Amino acid sequence: MNWHQIWEVASAPDNVPIVALLFLIPFYTWYAFHQALENDALIDKLSADPALAKTEYRKTEPWNPKWEKEVHTWPYLMRIELVAAILVTVLLMVWSITLNAPLEEPSNPNVTMNPAKAPWYFLGLQEMLVYFDPWIAGVIMPTLIIVGLMVIPYIDANPLGNGYYTYKQRKFAIWTFLFGFIGLWVLMIVIGTFIRGPGWMWFWPGQTWDAQRVEFAVNRNLDQIFGVNGSWIAHLMPAANVAYAPILARIIFGVFPLILYFLVAGYFSHRLLLLTDFSRKIFKRMTLLQMVTTELFLVLMLSLPIKIILRLVFRVKYVWVTPWFSI
Amino acid sequence: MAESNGENNGAKKSTGLLDRVRQDVTELKETFKEKGKEELEGLKEPEKSQLFRSVFRVKHDETPRNRALSVLSNVFFHLHPAKVNRDAVKYKYTWGMGGITFYLFIVLTFTGVLLMFYYHPSKVQAFRDILYLENDVPFGKLLRNMHRWAAHLMIIAVWLHMFRVFLTGSYKRPREFNWCIGVLLMVLTLLLSFTGYLLPDDQLGFWAVTVGTNMARATPLLGTEGPFGALLGMTPYNDVRFALLGGSIVDANALLRAYIWHCIAIPLIASIFMALHFWRVRKDGGISGPAPVMLESEIKEEKGHRPVVLRPSGLQ
Repeated sequence: MNWHQIWEVASAPDNVPIVALLFLIPFYTWYAFHQALENDALIDKLSADPALAKTEYRKTEPWNPKWEKEVHTWPYLMRIELVAAILVTVLLMVWSITLNAPLEEPSNPNVTMNPAKAPWYFLGLQEMLVYFDPWIAGVIMPTLIIVGLMVIPYIDANPLGNGYYTYKQRKFAIWTFLFGFIGLWVLMIVIGTFIRGPGWMWFWPGQTWDAQRVEFAVNRNLDQIFGVNGSWIAHLMPAANVAYAPILARIIFGVFPLILYFLVAGYFSHRLLLLTDFSRKIFKRMTLLQMVTTELFLVLMLSLPIKIILRLVFRVKYVWVTPWFSI
Repeated sequence: MAESNGENNGAKKSTGLLDRVRQDVTELKETFKEKGKEELEGLKEPEKSQLFRSVFRVKHDETPRNRALSVLSNVFFHLHPAKVNRDAVKYKYTWGMGGITFYLFIVLTFTGVLLMFYYHPSKVQAFRDILYLENDVPFGKLLRNMHRWAAHLMIIAVWLHMFRVFLTGSYKRPREFNWCIGVLLMVLTLLLSFTGYLLPDDQLGFWAVTVGTNMARATPLLGTEGPFGALLGMTPYNDVRFALLGGSIVDANALLRAYIWHCIAIPLIASIFMALHFWRVRKDGGISGPAPVMLESEIKEEKGHRPVVLRPSGLQ
């Protein structure tokens, strides 16, 4: 086992933020859930006792009727901002004195860096390049992430949990976000940083990043696995165009798994929206556009882990091959 | 007249002049003492001085009115409301990440401007400027390190801010639009960081930007290697990657473009969106919580038409 290798990656100054995220994200997730469960207990208590719900302060914060509900910004907020600014400055100072920003050799188009990695925050996108062609991983997916984030407020028909931490009242929303943010975005960055070595090959922690390693491409397209060669379609074509039969057959063949995926995943995400009594109640409030958008984005989001499994476990390169693009 | 008298007197008898001077000096001694005392008394209450009052428009005593005014009548603080929810000033609800992000933007602007003094965005100079900065400029290394790490920290702070806003459901009505602005600000933060990556003109930045912009080649319709790109006449010399780099390879033009996007264009755009973001925070009712919990039994059945996202407002 080569633990020096993983140390080298983890201690690279530019990777400090990812190592920090490995601690910060679990901490803040715990911090949020800790408060969410406190609020959920309060919600349970108030739901069971409608009389209490009318008089209760409805927060887990200490409360005294004599206290004013609001405090002056000056000094009660301004002093916090001052302290926060000082702490951040001190942190930055210490970080900047102890660790130097990396500076490699002068840029040289003739000497390729191996691995050539994007900045750490884009490594999730670079890792996606393994599973999708660049036009999906580099263009379509980032656009979908941005648009998908922006539609969240418009598709969330659940009026509960506005302005306080809760898990019980927003299970679906929270699981979806955690899956997308931690499960897909952060995890992909971690894989891109720690696991991917020279040639963007998969190196387990403890393996040496061997630039000489050769990997045999064993990936096949779905149509190859199913042995689609177009012989059946060739009979129907003019003799002059028979050479195009395999291409045409692949185009036609590839549409079906995609349709199948959209149907199955669409139905699956529809079931997710109807999982509990509460989610059915929220579903009734949704408009058609909200329903369709939610399910569409769920299906598109799920396509990434599905493709990862197809690729890593079943060694499938493309599902749909056309002369213009492949998926 | 007094002057000419004095001259005449001086010319006639010099002793008179000495007396006059002596008298003036004794007078001045007393005045000096008096005025000095007054001045010292004044120093005990600097906030009453003309200088202080000319700078700060209101008294900074502890009356509620002036506490409110010291925020509202200050151009730097006036984005704050006069009063805030007493539970919202606790760290546990907000995590302070939005404010930290903004503070880091200020730090980055400050260190960035200083770095600009030592940097030429040209292929010949850029890398040497970094070497010069690191080895010869006093505190140059510290400056560059701070700019680099503050940029990384800003990205982390933005993500955690978004995480918190999601987990508290703060994007819900009436803050939907501000969430969208926030998403755009996050994208701008990433782009700011990415455009800065190329500027040292070292192997790290060069290959990161090469990898990054190669993806643009694959843009559907607009990239030479993207779906239908070639069919639409896209070549390496007219596609979207060419527009980003100002050429078909990462070279001098790409460096200049990255520099201008990084130092001028994106900070300007981000500033406009930030102004909008903060303004909307106030207009949408200030900080979202901690709000009193709402119970499932209290969900109101919508009367008549539900508020449909895309219905013209006149028809609602």
